[in-house]
Amino acid sequence: MTQTEWDRDAVTEVIEQKKSMPGALLPILHGIQDRIGFIPEDAVPQIAKALNLSRAEVHGVISFYHYFRTTPPGKRTIHLCRAESCQAMNSEALEAHIKTRLGIDYHETTADGAFSLEPVYCLGNCACSPSMMIGHEVHGRVTPQSFDAIVNELREFAA
Amino acid sequence: MTTVYVPRDSSALGLGAERVAGAIQMEAAKRNLPIDLVRNGSRGLYWLEPLVEVATPAGRIAYGPVQPGDVAGLFDAGFLEGKAHPLCLGATEEIPYLKNQERLTFARVGITDPVSLDDYLAHDGYRGLRNALGLDPAAIVEEVTASGLRGRGGAAFPTGIKWRTVLNTPAEQKYIVCNADEGDSGTFSDRMIMEGDPFVLIEGMTIAGLAVGATQGYIYLRVEYPHADAALNQAIAAALEAGYLGDDILGSGRRFHLEVRLGAGAYVCGEETALMESIEGKRGMVRFKPPLPAIEGLFGQPTVVNNVISLASVPIILDKGGKYYADYGMGRSRGTLPLQLAGNVKRPGLIEKAFGMTLRELLYDYGGGSASGRPIRAVQVGGPLGSFMPESQFDTPLDYEAFSAIWAVLGHGGVVVFDDTVDMAKMARYAMEFCAIESCGKCTPCRIGSTRGVEVIDRIIDDQDRAKNLALLRDLGDTMLAGSLCALGGMTPYPVLSALNHFPEDFGEKSVAQVA
Repeated sequence: MTQTEWDRDAVTEVIEQKKSMPGALLPILHGIQDRIGFIPEDAVPQIAKALNLSRAEVHGVISFYHYFRTTPPGKRTIHLCRAESCQAMNSEALEAHIKTRLGIDYHETTADGAFSLEPVYCLGNCACSPSMMIGHEVHGRVTPQSFDAIVNELREFAA
Repeated sequence: MTTVYVPRDSSALGLGAERVAGAIQMEAAKRNLPIDLVRNGSRGLYWLEPLVEVATPAGRIAYGPVQPGDVAGLFDAGFLEGKAHPLCLGATEEIPYLKNQERLTFARVGITDPVSLDDYLAHDGYRGLRNALGLDPAAIVEEVTASGLRGRGGAAFPTGIKWRTVLNTPAEQKYIVCNADEGDSGTFSDRMIMEGDPFVLIEGMTIAGLAVGATQGYIYLRVEYPHADAALNQAIAAALEAGYLGDDILGSGRRFHLEVRLGAGAYVCGEETALMESIEGKRGMVRFKPPLPAIEGLFGQPTVVNNVISLASVPIILDKGGKYYADYGMGRSRGTLPLQLAGNVKRPGLIEKAFGMTLRELLYDYGGGSASGRPIRAVQVGGPLGSFMPESQFDTPLDYEAFSAIWAVLGHGGVVVFDDTVDMAKMARYAMEFCAIESCGKCTPCRIGSTRGVEVIDRIIDDQDRAKNLALLRDLGDTMLAGSLCALGGMTPYPVLSALNHFPEDFGEKSVAQVA
């Protein structure tokens, strides 16, 4: 799939559903990202028109928030916590392991499209540091070994 | 039919609670033993999660930490009758970590099924709202003022005064906004409330609406908390269905609606004005104050913005009276504070206590010292913008004023523990880097200062013109403290300068002294 191919009907549907909410822009962006995984750059004019905003305003909001992305993610996104509590429990070593193991840095996707890696600043799982989240699933007390086991299981499941 | 409890709290799930629940169900079916499996919140004893409880005639008996492989053995040992097993912890309520707490806000967390309205009602839920419906708005505000409740977001502003301002500001539309953007590392009490007892937050916000005349509420929730999002939406739907929310609350003719709005990973949106910009669909840029949100807030209307814990503390205040709550605590810090113990600590978890316990009691009596077994060297209290505290300050009582007196921050009650392997210059650098990543960009001290701060600390670590750069770092700290628009830039000097003041050896200051 190239970056410009995306489900236009899904985007239109989300916009129509949410455009009358007060402060509709964030709910619309979430809705689009939930449906197709990212917010396509060329959906911006359509969003802007529906909300009577300039394209620059919409772009400004998308780029301000760390969570929104404008390129398709891998099949699964790994959110790895970089905050203090996890650092106190050796998250830096875990981070190095994960980057080597996946062969990517933050904001990148593995060549096979299986995993994207994003930093996150606190998952509220600080009592079980270090933490990561894959999809909506939080993992606590992650070690290099448990990370490998989780990733292997997900790869098998995907295959 | 025996009731078995397995938490649905996301931290417990992160340690395998889902598989444990599945294993228990399968094993019970295999043995033809009917059970009622309740997915409760977490008691907050995280080193024991997944913590499984069984209801027996002698009360709830705890087993933990349970892994799926333990389940068959637990059945063999007769855990459904609360019998002995190596994982048995005895009566849950008698575990000292839990027994010695004073749980007011967290009274139901870990006990009830979080999304069952019936369970909430059976455990004194909505008594506060029923009382509030019989009071006029000023009397509700008076009760909250009498409780001494202060904001749990950081500034510790008295909640009653904020509410009074909104009540006394005439407007067609007013709003209640719950700041559920708990982004501070080491804090998880908001998440635990929202996942473990969402109705208490909904009730608190409804009471706030009655108190100030607001008919619409928003919970601004971090996107990093999908389980809280699900629990809140389930609870809101149930409350609406049963008439506890909506156009005619319990037949009173009073109206209150509630909606969850998701953030998108911007720490600065925990600042109340940036948060409102975000709900309005804009970049989360901090607003100049005045006007105060209480006068001109969300969509330009008078708005109460309170933290989750503040709002979740309101139902018990309206149920048992402001004085009941105020009787806990010390000095001007009234009531209880849910403390969150995290990082490198043996027994991490949630401890709700009246203000006044010392940090040392928390770290050692509750926490049991470091997880690594090495000496505790530094503790950061109050999130990434809180000071690092050395061992010499561990006898400070947990009280807002006692903390400000030593240039530390109690804030939201998050406590992150570091052992003696920590490099404090690196932590100071991280604080500046965090500020640079998360700055909204509106004011120069925060936007530019944090980037320059990283560079200055890098030069100190590299031993380039160390004395000069240390002086520059202090100067930069002063500028950010005095000149930033909000707490993000204005408080980043707390972790940076406290690290420098209390741990100068990590910045090579000793070697500078030796050279001189």
